[in-house]
Amino acid sequence: MQTITRRRALGLGASAVLVLTVADVTGALATPAETDAEIAKFTGGKTPVQGKIAIDLPEIAENGNTVPLSIVVDHPMTEQSYISDILVVADGNPRPGVAAFHLTPASGKATAATRIRLQTTQNIIVVAKTNSGQLFTDRKQVKVTIGGCGG
Amino acid sequence: MAEKPRLKVPKEAKKGEIIEIKTLLAHPMETGLRKDASGKLIPRKIINKFTCEFNGKPVFSADIEPAVAANPYIQFTAKVEESGTFKFTWTDDDGTVTSVDQQIKVA
Repeated sequence: MQTITRRRALGLGASAVLVLTVADVTGALATPAETDAEIAKFTGGKTPVQGKIAIDLPEIAENGNTVPLSIVVDHPMTEQSYISDILVVADGNPRPGVAAFHLTPASGKATAATRIRLQTTQNIIVVAKTNSGQLFTDRKQVKVTIGGCGG
Repeated sequence: MAEKPRLKVPKEAKKGEIIEIKTLLAHPMETGLRKDASGKLIPRKIINKFTCEFNGKPVFSADIEPAVAANPYIQFTAKVEESGTFKFTWTDDDGTVTSVDQQIKVA
């Protein structure tokens, strides 16, 4: 009978870990195409203008389970002209959608904040729409140490 | 779910003031992607909609995906012109609606 040497035991352990890691990733991550499709649904195919949006996210998120996100759009909130919708998508999660905020002139300021889950290091893309259909966008990368989608 | 949502809304404000509102609902926000100990997928259960109205008029709402963290925290602002009541609602995947009212005095 073959005895299990120390080296062989280590090798077995390593491959077991490898198998586990691979199996743990449930499903594929969102593809860039899916992310683009999600944005296109919101913009109606128009290209948003870069800027006007301040995205507050940590550079490095140690725990992807809860990452604080805060958005401020530099735009007035009057009856005539206001930010009506803000879309948040993430390009490295199992699904690209994160949240869509709907604002009104009664919001006073074009701002929203929440806490999000991030599976891996990725870009957060924010698209804002005004009541007249103007579009603004910006993105920010977050480095994630421990993923937060339970995979 | 039985736990009351936590709200942070000022009790008083000046007319035309922009106030900050913070809300948090205790909820697992189960993504539907996690597996339990026996390897079975845990079914999805999330809060998919949040709304805020003031005196019956919409102020703010959010469509929420599973990528929002457990115990969904939402912060936003509102411009108040008169005294009245904020109504906050959270809608669960299973149709349960949690709602809370909060008064504000505007001078």
